[in-house]
Amino acid sequence: MSSLILPAVLSGLMMGAVYALIALGLTLIYGVLHIINFAHGSLLMLALFAAYFLHYQLGIDPYLAIPIVLPVFFALGYALQRGLISPMSSGSEQNVLLITLALSMIIDNLALYFWTSNTRTVDIPYAYDTVEILGAYLPLGRVIAFVAALAAAPLLWLFMSRTRIGSAIRAVAIEKRGAELVGIDVNHTYAVCFGIGTACVALAACLLLPTFYVTPQVGYTFVLVAFTTVVLGGMGSLLGALVAGLLLGVIESLCGLFLGESLGQIGIFLAFILILLFKPSGLLGKVGR
Amino acid sequence: MKFNSVGQIALVVAVCAYLLSVYFMASPVWMGFTINALIVAVIAQSWNITGGFGGMSSFGHAALYGTGAYASAILQVQYGVNPWLAFAIGIVAGAAMGGFIGALAFRYGLKGSYFALVTLAFAEVLRICASSFDITGGGSGLQLKLEPGIANLQFPDRTVVYTLLLVVVALVMLVTYMIKKSRFGAYLVAVRENEDAARALGIDTYKIKVQAMVISGAFGGLAGALYLQLWLFIDSTVVYGSAVSIEALIGPIIGGAGTVWGPLIGTLGLHLLGEGAKHLLPNAPGLNFVLYAIVLICAVRFLPRGLMGLAALIGTLKTRKDEDHA
Repeated sequence: MSSLILPAVLSGLMMGAVYALIALGLTLIYGVLHIINFAHGSLLMLALFAAYFLHYQLGIDPYLAIPIVLPVFFALGYALQRGLISPMSSGSEQNVLLITLALSMIIDNLALYFWTSNTRTVDIPYAYDTVEILGAYLPLGRVIAFVAALAAAPLLWLFMSRTRIGSAIRAVAIEKRGAELVGIDVNHTYAVCFGIGTACVALAACLLLPTFYVTPQVGYTFVLVAFTTVVLGGMGSLLGALVAGLLLGVIESLCGLFLGESLGQIGIFLAFILILLFKPSGLLGKVGR
Repeated sequence: MKFNSVGQIALVVAVCAYLLSVYFMASPVWMGFTINALIVAVIAQSWNITGGFGGMSSFGHAALYGTGAYASAILQVQYGVNPWLAFAIGIVAGAAMGGFIGALAFRYGLKGSYFALVTLAFAEVLRICASSFDITGGGSGLQLKLEPGIANLQFPDRTVVYTLLLVVVALVMLVTYMIKKSRFGAYLVAVRENEDAARALGIDTYKIKVQAMVISGAFGGLAGALYLQLWLFIDSTVVYGSAVSIEALIGPIIGGAGTVWGPLIGTLGLHLLGEGAKHLLPNAPGLNFVLYAIVLICAVRFLPRGLMGLAALIGTLKTRKDEDHA
């Protein structure tokens, strides 16, 4: 049994990096707009289908699809925030939750209607080539996802700290009215932020697809994991999301090892309940929310 | 019951007229789908107690519904308990689950989106558990034996089922009305409007909120146990799935959260809409949820107080207070 633990931890870390990437988008949106985007998982599902069809119809490798899917989903996120979520919710937190819930219902059920509930996978021959790390054999696709997701986090951080729009996003997050007074277009900044959050999901989808599957229901699974990651990391904390994502990947993997595959996710949800109850501010969050 | 406007009276009369007209419909389809809608109306009223009156919006009412259904099913299938007793225990189990979730969540001061998410997580944990253990029948669910008869709480005649459900819904609404009129109901609304002020006035807000969750849990467990007796089969997705939680909150929000009639009106309206869509596009499963979602978005934006709130604006009646001023 103990010989299985290290491989399980490593494979959990690989998956955890993708969880972290998805959660980065969610936590960025939360940290700036102070809203919980319930449709985050559905957007991930949509991005998975986008990458799937690019491969299936045009033969584009999911990794090469990143430059196509990423900007499209940035634009989609921008449009959703500007055209639907913001005007329909009138600014209340409760309403945003309901609007994004409705959005996820629409996306999920339309996907079910058009693409049926069949499980689809892409066939990328090299994705399951194994790589030996510390004596564990891991699929190449998962290792690529791990490295790319970990690389995305500092890039996002650089963007936030070094660019003009990044500064604007941080300004709006801290003091909305003050930012407005110095001439920052708050609605535009919010929408950009939502777009970046959605782009994170698109990147995660392209990294996930070669070693994963896609069905219209897949979003719901991920949205709960993403919430857990965000809450565990401290709502709004980018570094926290990264650490928490990796941790949850390992928890899931170990629970799957000890309790059986079907109960693997229970560890994540139990962790979620425990964190929400005992430390809702998260591992790295600020106290007093 | 007293209504504030002609519009509200008209709405309620229309709903009652529809419910009565179902008895005379030639096609059995109407009764079948209204039976389903009435069960949903019970879980919707359950959501309304906490979400509507108390302002604690839950995204996981399936946790209560499923617990009622599974408790009753496990007792009947695995232990051969009398269906009436199992039914009653199902209600108690729902109440206990509601109290448990409420006690944990409110002890740590969760509210708003956090409360919504933790209820969702509870429902999901229960769903995974229900699909993984032997006592719950695992992935294949639990099936009651078909033994029609009043002793077994199974009624083959749809008209009898429908009438009984109408009585149950009426009772649930009566209890809701009594809560609304009670001191407890006033406290609950005070918690919704301004919890800090309520606490400053000496209301034990923690106790009020947990009590609301217990009542909500009893209604939720009742709805789940009703579903079981009607269909004689449950599995983890059917009773613990997210669709239950969504249906629980969407009816009250559209009908009017925090009103006695809102959940029934919203649920019936949505189901009629969904049924209509099914006739127009027969091969589109899930399409009703797309419609519900669109209606939900419109309701959030344009009807903050739901259909009952909209109806209240039509032909407002003079209340006693107005007359005093006149």
